[in-house]
Amino acid sequence: MPDGGMNQFVKIEGLKRYFDVSAPWLVRTLEGRPRQIVQAVDGIDIEIAKGETFSLVGESGCGKSTVARLVVGLYPPTAGTIEFDGNDMAGPRSRADMAALRRRMQMIFQDPYASLNPRWRVFDIVAEPIRAFGLAKDKADLANQVGERLRQVRLTPADGAKYPHEFSGGQRQRISIARALASHPEFLVCDEPTSALDVSVQAQILNLMVDLQRRLQLTYLFISHNLAVVYHISTRVGVMYLGRLVEVAPTDTLFRRPKHPYTRMLLDTIPDLDMTGRQRAPVAGEVPSPIDPPTGCTFHPRCPFANERCKVERPLALPIEGGTVACHAIEEGRLPVEERSYGGIAA
Amino acid sequence: MAAASNNPPLLEVKNLRVEFPTRRGTLLAVDDVSFDIAPGEVLGVVGESGAGKSLTGNAIIGLLEPPGRIAGGEVKLEGRRIDNLPYEEMRKVRGARIGAIFQDPLTSLNPLYSIGRQLIETIQTHLPLSGAQARKRALDLLKEVGIPGAESRIDHYPHQFSGGMRQRVVIALALCADPRLIVADEPTTALDVSIQAQIIALLKKLCREHQTAVMLVTHDMGVIAETADRVAVMYAGRIAEIGPVRDVVKHAKHPYTKGLMGSIPSLGVRHDKLTQIDGAMPRLTEIPPGCAFNPRCTFRGQRCMVERPNLMSAGASRAACWLHDRGGVGAPVTKELVDA
Repeated sequence: MPDGGMNQFVKIEGLKRYFDVSAPWLVRTLEGRPRQIVQAVDGIDIEIAKGETFSLVGESGCGKSTVARLVVGLYPPTAGTIEFDGNDMAGPRSRADMAALRRRMQMIFQDPYASLNPRWRVFDIVAEPIRAFGLAKDKADLANQVGERLRQVRLTPADGAKYPHEFSGGQRQRISIARALASHPEFLVCDEPTSALDVSVQAQILNLMVDLQRRLQLTYLFISHNLAVVYHISTRVGVMYLGRLVEVAPTDTLFRRPKHPYTRMLLDTIPDLDMTGRQRAPVAGEVPSPIDPPTGCTFHPRCPFANERCKVERPLALPIEGGTVACHAIEEGRLPVEERSYGGIAA
Repeated sequence: MAAASNNPPLLEVKNLRVEFPTRRGTLLAVDDVSFDIAPGEVLGVVGESGAGKSLTGNAIIGLLEPPGRIAGGEVKLEGRRIDNLPYEEMRKVRGARIGAIFQDPLTSLNPLYSIGRQLIETIQTHLPLSGAQARKRALDLLKEVGIPGAESRIDHYPHQFSGGMRQRVVIALALCADPRLIVADEPTTALDVSIQAQIIALLKKLCREHQTAVMLVTHDMGVIAETADRVAVMYAGRIAEIGPVRDVVKHAKHPYTKGLMGSIPSLGVRHDKLTQIDGAMPRLTEIPPGCAFNPRCTFRGQRCMVERPNLMSAGASRAACWLHDRGGVGAPVTKELVDA
């Protein structure tokens, strides 16, 4: 990535988050066990421009949801910085200034059944951020704003009187989106917003999100394990493996000219709906435990192109074709870039 | 068929109805579903949550949760009715003739017993083998489903396996007595994409080698497109369309199937917007008269709102839609534009 030149809206540098999952002190001492640290996020750099959708993909346990939670401040980072519109989120500032920053970023969660309080009416759920940030002048203004947010997600103001259980999964996710929009944010972190929904409902939510982004100039950090969804919605994509970013590229480049062997492997696993007869190559092996990740490049035990260097030296993210790739084989030119085409795309 | 047809279906489901009595009346969750599966065939059953696909599977293996019950129709396996068997009789069929694979491999294994013990118990329940023979068979099965180091892994407990490996163990369990039919209910949904591909490849390999038929219940059209020979698309408790997988995926005949296929983001041309079907599947208490899909259908006509369509032939498939009623009186022709 060219640094500095573009005005980066969100800038993440060297972000790390470790979790201590050791047994209690006494057990450790008696049994002579060492501490156990999960390196959930292990040094990540991301830059997100205003108005774009940056997606993080990867298998479960790769740390993508941890990144989402770090970015909105639900976890403090172990190391690294997060800058939001030029402000270091960890920098010292007054409560009021912090609230002013927080107002500008919101999160949408995966499970619309768990993320809405079942005892609150929809009106209060959507009104909560407005009240918390003191954005309404009076009661009438509050009602007005809540009604407007509900209309924005294709519900009606009258739905405010109902409880979450009266809505279907897709409608609940609309309520979550309305709540996230209530504080007029500029940046939304969406953690698997459609993976709990049926496909026809998923299409409704994705269309709504694209539509809202255009009208409100929103910036998205979109977390998903579904590559087809990511292909549809993203401007740029980052592929995560065991807490690290292995490849970042503009969406079309990533899907048509994948570079990192792990990216290629993930693309191979997308089911072939166009029935072109393309065979899904089953991949050998599974994601290793992040408690004791492999040395060097963490992907080397599953990588068909790994050599001695990959086993000992951690690859750095190097710029290539408008993105970055962390792979020795690519850097050394051992692994040629692969051209891919899909049904309907002229190669 | 009583007459000796040369290729009788392995499984015949005829006019199956599953209902749930509730305080507010009886809900019909599976309504007049008929299909059959040939030996060695993979039939995919897709639909959104609540379409009745899992209930259909559970009704076939005789594991409907009370108060759900079969209210009509019949299920025949190898020509023999199995839907009205007493509990103990059905237990012998289940496992021996029909295997089952469920979504979550952790809940289908007993956490207190080693996987070897669970396999051996299942094998000895259905086959007259000694302990040593059963253990040998268990080992062979584990090797067959691709568990590395099966000799040492056989004495491990379920929590010592990863999700993908656990699902392999569950598949081995289903194969214990070499059943003719496997009912697999969302076998890959709880797994990561790279593991999904492994499990699907394994299922395909096993049914080719053992000539086992599979009823694959899933909401994932991608899995179906790769695995199934034929597909049944379910909507609100009924089959909306059934046919060869290629026809259903590429040339859907029912407007619901068309919408469903369009709403899946594909890697082909990137569209500005995904096709979306507005609204949601009706709850069982609110199924509209006529065709259950009519409130969401862009091809709706007068007839669709009053008369319920049955499956009728449409190309190589069959679809429950009046659009395919050849020369029928009052077939809908008006296409309303709902793009507002």
